[in-house]
Amino acid sequence: MLKIAVCAKQVPDTDIPPSQFKVDEGALRVIPPAGVPPIVNGFDMNAVEAALRLRDAGVECEIVIFSVGTEFALDVMKKPLAIGADRLVLVDDEASESLDALGTARVLAAAIERDGGADLVLAGRQASDWDQAHVPIMLSEIMSAPLVTLVRNLAMNGGGESFEVERVAEGGFQRIECPIPAVMTVTNELGEARYANLRGIMAATRKQPETMTIADLGIGDVANNGKLEMTRLFVPISESNVEFIEGEDEADSGRLLALRLREAKLI
Amino acid sequence: MSGGVLIVGEVVDGGLHPTVRQLVNASERIGNEASLCLAVDSTFDDSVLEGIGVGNVILLEHTDTAADGSGGVYSLLTELACEAVKRLEPSSVLIAKTDAGSVISARIAARFDAGLASDCIDLALNADGKVAVTRPVHGGSALAVYEFAGDGLQVVSVRPGSFEPAPVSGGLPEIERLDMSDVSVEGEVPVLVETVSEEGEGIPLEQADVVVSGGRGLGGPEPFDNLRELCGLLNAALGASRAACDAGWIDHSHQVGLTGKSISPTTYITFGISGASQHMAGCSSARNIVAIDKDREANIFSHARYGVVGDWAKVLPAFTAAVAELD
Ligand SMILES: Cc1cc2nc3c(=O)[nH]c(=O)nc-3n(C[C@H](O)[C@H](O)[C@H](O)COP(=O)(O)OP(=O)(O)OC[C@H]3O[C@@H](n4cnc5c(N)ncnc54)[C@H](O)[C@@H]3O)c2cc1C
Repeated sequence: MLKIAVCAKQVPDTDIPPSQFKVDEGALRVIPPAGVPPIVNGFDMNAVEAALRLRDAGVECEIVIFSVGTEFALDVMKKPLAIGADRLVLVDDEASESLDALGTARVLAAAIERDGGADLVLAGRQASDWDQAHVPIMLSEIMSAPLVTLVRNLAMNGGGESFEVERVAEGGFQRIECPIPAVMTVTNELGEARYANLRGIMAATRKQPETMTIADLGIGDVANNGKLEMTRLFVPISESNVEFIEGEDEADSGRLLALRLREAKLI
Repeated sequence: MSGGVLIVGEVVDGGLHPTVRQLVNASERIGNEASLCLAVDSTFDDSVLEGIGVGNVILLEHTDTAADGSGGVYSLLTELACEAVKRLEPSSVLIAKTDAGSVISARIAARFDAGLASDCIDLALNADGKVAVTRPVHGGSALAVYEFAGDGLQVVSVRPGSFEPAPVSGGLPEIERLDMSDVSVEGEVPVLVETVSEEGEGIPLEQADVVVSGGRGLGGPEPFDNLRELCGLLNAALGASRAACDAGWIDHSHQVGLTGKSISPTTYITFGISGASQHMAGCSSARNIVAIDKDREANIFSHARYGVVGDWAKVLPAFTAAVAELD
């Protein structure tokens, strides 16, 4: 049976109006808007979907979600379970806040290892909070496993000895044959994660995550040893200087806009 | 070289990727003795390095570089870049945040236990000679400044287009060819089966002087036909928001934004796009944004030069008709 590890991160909801995005410049933190629950990083949900499609295609597999973080919203982190993932492993540790990408990748690698390893590690192409796109790439380096980025389609070849992958590339896509085990990053072109049905949601409610701390993994000190420190965090101010074109009605506004743009030599 | 800045440049079809000259320019912010290394094969013609503006260039020669660069996995290029870092011992590595650069930079950082700052749009040296970088975070909703600390290797990837290309200066730099034929990739590697070109319809987005884009507010695929008609009249390229692409109304190759294409037209006209920070990340260098949206509070208007508050279904036909009558 193929073991698939999907790395998923809890991040602030990205679907808030930009005016609600606030930072604490002193504490160098993003202030989550009150009452808006976090989400599973969108691209990571695309990765879960990729795993589920392998199963739909008849590949016998176990799908395990791995997450490193703290203050987990359990109902949020259980979303992948509700659509069909089998288990959830949480490395829940306050110290994860101070991990850099390499530290996070080491923790994930150790958690996957402790769980018996994986034939395929999937993750989103990047996390929507810090937009780094480092962790899965570093994970491939740590696990000495081949890496394919920006996957938009994933299948297994007939004999089950390798993966047939399509990755997004400039001006088109590339078909790649990838050996097992491998690490892959998934992009939204693959398609959105399916919706949970009631049965799935009920099943997920009954499942409990396996929880551990970084110390439990016995990999020593992985904390960010100060290689890179944030010194400023701020919201750039864009000064609005929009000129609204207003005609007698909307159609008239459209007509006047064309004239105005021509006058300004913009079209 | 030991210490100093090493630029890891990309070669495409025997020429320099446009980001190479941008990196040369960026490197001047953090030091004055940058070296440039390029993974090439023996057919590489030195003359493309004329006026490159760095003191010396190291050519990492291996027969399979072109195949690896176009193969989408970049494992040989990673090994070559790591070998260059090992031999040259730079204090900083500069690389472009392209598909290849994202992979290579993160793998260098993991291998050398280095600090890594990616997708940077600005660089500086602070008072104690450490590199400080600015990078957009949270989809461009905020900017963060980071400083490298400690004595380890500093790896910086730079967002393409955030620096102008360095002006042509000097003649041919000092060029050193290193035979890298004994470098190989260990273990099993993914194999490219084929590259399929899927160019979107119409004028390429990156080259157009006028771009017309549609978003979720259009409500379906049909209105994109109206935008196509407008594009024809304006000689414009067709763009879209991710929401419109994810909905399947238009191919993803038209997506503008953080995880889509970066465009810098003179005029960018949007219909039913709210202006999320991730969308703006791909069009912030458009010189004039013109937005049509029914919500006066939509974020797109705080970036726009001209705006119409209204229903696209009423504004677009009248706008298109008026454009057709111009001249
Ligand atoms: C990590 C990450 C990366 C992303 N990368 C990208 C990217 O590269 N590109 C991108 O575009 N997005 C990207 N997004 C998504 C982004 O956050 C937004 O969700 C997306 O841009 C919204 O698209 P939209 O403006 O079309 O839709 P919406 O935000 O829903 O806006 C629709 C607009 O249409 C208007 N409207 C509705 N009806 C009408 C009408 N009849 N007439 C006129 N106006 C109307 C509404 O007022 C609204 O302003 C990314 C998100 C994440 C988390």
